[in-house]
Formats: sequence, structure tokens, C-alpha cells
Amino acid sequence: MFILPALILLVIFFFIPFFYTIILSFKDYSTDIYNPVFAGFSNYVTLLKSKEFYSTLLNTFLFLLMVVPFLAVFPLVVAIFINQKIRGINLYKVLIYLPVVVSIVVVAIAFKWLYAQEGILNYFLECIGINSIGWLTDTRFALFSVALVTIYKGIGYYMMIYLSALIGVPKDLYEAADVDGANEFVKHLTVTIPHLMPTIALVVTVSSISALKVFAEIYVMTKGGPLNSTKTIVYYIYERAFENLDLSMASAASVVLLIVIMLFSIINITFFENKRYKL
Amino acid sequence: MIRKFLKGFTSHLFLITMSFLSLFPFIWLISTALKGNSENIFAYPPVFIPKDLTFENFTGVWHQIPFLLYFLNSFIVAAFTVILNLIFSSLAAYPLARMNFKGRNFIFCLVLATIMIPFQAIMLPVYLIVLKLHLVDSYGLTLGYLGLILPFAVNAFGIFLMRQAFLAVPKEMEEAAFIDGCSVFNIWRKILLPLTSPTLAVLAIFTFIGSWGEFLWPSIVLTNKALYTLPVGVNDLQGMFSANWRFIAAGSIISIIPIIIFFILMQKHFVSGQTEGAVKG
Repeated sequence: MFILPALILLVIFFFIPFFYTIILSFKDYSTDIYNPVFAGFSNYVTLLKSKEFYSTLLNTFLFLLMVVPFLAVFPLVVAIFINQKIRGINLYKVLIYLPVVVSIVVVAIAFKWLYAQEGILNYFLECIGINSIGWLTDTRFALFSVALVTIYKGIGYYMMIYLSALIGVPKDLYEAADVDGANEFVKHLTVTIPHLMPTIALVVTVSSISALKVFAEIYVMTKGGPLNSTKTIVYYIYERAFENLDLSMASAASVVLLIVIMLFSIINITFFENKRYKL
Repeated sequence: MIRKFLKGFTSHLFLITMSFLSLFPFIWLISTALKGNSENIFAYPPVFIPKDLTFENFTGVWHQIPFLLYFLNSFIVAAFTVILNLIFSSLAAYPLARMNFKGRNFIFCLVLATIMIPFQAIMLPVYLIVLKLHLVDSYGLTLGYLGLILPFAVNAFGIFLMRQAFLAVPKEMEEAAFIDGCSVFNIWRKILLPLTSPTLAVLAIFTFIGSWGEFLWPSIVLTNKALYTLPVGVNDLQGMFSANWRFIAAGSIISIIPIIIFFILMQKHFVSGQTEGAVKG
């Protein structure tokens, strides 16, 4: 009885859509949008043959490669600095966490302004003797510029995850390292990192999943452009489904996304979070 | 002694740099928003403290954009999403934590499975279902709100979070209440909920932030500007004032004031809370 309300909503908004996506991906809507015909795997064949989808997958993968290593390592460094008893630590924590609570739309707009052709970042580049670049308008840099926004928004979030894990590292290990005369760097390399390995792995899977789902940054800043260079899979699905009304391609691409994310989630649940989800 | 001083010095230097970088995009937005029409916002070198300081951009954008309406919409959607999540998650978590019944493992697995389904991959069918149920703004404002709220009214993370909190409550307390003739519902309401209020607070705060910042779903379902939430309204600024960065900047800054106040008031919960609710992706 208690479960019923939750279960009904989960069925309507998760399970039915889940199977619906799979069914849609096997139907052909191109001839008549009201009377789709069964199409077998032909949608998938078209999808996988299409150059656009291929570059979408490549962009998504490149985006993940830019974002994940950085978010796995750098927030840990920040967390180690924050995990000290020095003055003003609370203020630092609040300021570094701030971008996490601000809407991604505003963050993306703020960066769009930093990235402007005659904007402040190009000014800094010229100061150090580099010609200004088209952060969001040059196909070589646009994806990287978008990734930078995702990184900026994620640092505080993953820092907090690391911070709570750092509290669990036994203090006597640091003292032992002190006795051996280890400096700060060596101490963290030999004590902190091995102890935090499970947390690092967790951050890798969690940040991979959210990198695969990137959307708002792209929608606000580039709309997938220039020349599709920032089109990732969720943006592709959005465009197919809600702008081109191409339900077949949209759902076939959705199934691809589903499979990839489910793989990451299964790794995540079985290896890193099994405590939370044990019966 | 010197080593200790150096360590403290580098720590502060690093953290000040980090804090500055984290504020920098907003500082630059504020600076731009405060510059009057006579000042070049593309000046080389960039000017941080406006020479022609004015609040005109703020008042100008305030008069053209119904920010109060967007605040109100965001608040209604976020508040109801939070309330429904708290009720449904804690209700569902109770039997999963405490009762033994047929099919419990099956339901448990079902709930767990939804964690693996990303909304982005099912948004098209969710949209079609919401259309079928008439939960869109073209059928009326209330239905429009429901369409924004209901797909996010329950979430497996919330259920598992509450379940863990219930598991930590000693069983003896419920047994004592049960012997005193307390009904199962009252045990949930009068014993378990008060005892797990810190977790409920964490769930409330993170659901609120998530709902407040949600952009993808509202931008798909909303057609009527009367229902725009803040993120959708702010994104709209770009189209309305295409090259007027003073207005776009001022509007963006106005839009983040409520959430910044909320964050500052609740900062203690954020710090302790993310540990529990951390992995919400």
C-alpha cells in the first residue's frame, strides 16, 4: 500500500517510456507519422550508417575524455587543500561550491560572454602573446570550450564527494608517514590516494554518466554547432525528436544511449554503491 | 616553523585562486551589467569597475521580463516536486526497509532499475505520455504545472536514501509503539519521520536545487510563456536581447539571486548533506 503511489509514478514515467522507446526504435515513421510500420532493425542500420550520428558519437566520447579525467583528479586536489584546519576554510568551501547551485543556463551564458570574440578571455590570450581564438565559433575549440563549462560546474560537486571520503582516512597513517620524513606530496601519494581509490573510481563512473548526458551547455551556447562540432548524443536526440519530428532516429539513438549508460550504472551499482542498494 | 608557514601560505594562495576562478564568470557578468550605454563593454583592456556606473540595465530588463512570474513558477514547480518526493519516497521506503511481504525483492529491483534509466533517453516517450494525459499548458495552467512536476515527483535515489535512514532507526522503538496500539501509518508518521528529519531535509534541499535548475524538460513541454520557469526564461533573454549583453548580464544576475540566498541560508546542510545524497548525478 505504502509503495503504490511511488510505484504508479515510476511505471508511468519510467517503465512505460522505457519500453516505449524500444518499440519506437523498431518502427518507421518516415512515410506516415500517424501510421508507423514495423521496420525491424532498419532504423539502427540507417542510424549507424549516418555520418552525422557517427560524428555525434565521436563528439560525445571526446567530450567524456576531456571532462572525466580532469573531474576525477582536480577536485581531489582541491579537497585535500580544503581538508585542513586553516582560517577561512568555510568561506573557501562555499565559494568553490557556489557554481554547483547556480543554474547551468546562467553558467553557460556567463561563459558565452567570457568566450566572446572580443571578450575577456581573448584579451588574456593576447596578453600572453597568443592570437585570439573563436572559442565557440571555431570547430577546433568549440567542444573543448563547452567541456570547460561542464568542468567548472562540476569541481565543487566532486570536491564535496572527495571531502567526505577524506574524513575517513585514518589519521595515524599520516603520522606514520611523518615519522618516516615524508613530505606533503609523498604523504598524499602513498596514503591518501590508495585509500581513496574506490571514491576515485566512483567519481569516474558518476562523472562519465553525467558527461554522456550533457545537454544544457550545448543548447545554450552552441546548439550543436559550428558544423556539428559540439553535437553530442542527447542534443542529437533532442534535435531529432523535437525539431525534426524524426521519432525513429531519435528513439534508435535513445536506445544506444540507454545501453551505454546502463553499462556504466551497473558497474557503479555493483562495485561502488552496493552498500546503499543491498536488500 | 618556516616550513609550516610556507604550507599555510601556499594553501591560502591556492584556495584564494580557486575561489576567485569560481566567482570570476559572475564578477564579469555583474561588471558588464553595471556599465552604462556610453561605456564600451568590449574595451581593451577590460574594465572591471564601471566608469559609467548605472543600474539602468537592471531596471530595464526587470521591466521587460516578468521575473517575478518566473520566480513564482520555478518556486511552485520546485516546492511541489519537493513535497511529493518527500511523501512518496518516505512512504515507499518504509515497507522496503521494514516489512517482509511477497514481491518485495521484485519491487526493490524495479526501483533499482529506474536508477539506470537516464531521463534523456526516455524523454520522447515521456513527452508523448504527458501529451496523452493532457498534462501540458495548452490544456490549462494547472495541467501545465502538473506536467512539469509529475515526471519528477518520485525518484529512486530518494527512496533508497529514505530506506537507509529508516534502517538506522532501532526496531525496538516501533515495537514499543506497536504494543501500545499504534497503527502502522502512525508509526511511520509519528516515529520514523521525526527521527529521520535530517535525511528528509537533505532530500528536500537537493531535490529543490535540482528542480530549480532543471532546463531540458521545461524547455520541451512549455509553450506558454506564462508558465516559464527561471532557466527557460533566462535562456530566452539571449533571443530577446540578441546583442545587448548589458541586459542579458543583468537578467542573468537577477535570476540567480534567490538560489544564492537559499544556498547561503542552507550552506551547513549542503556541506553535511552531499555526503548522504552525494551520488545523484
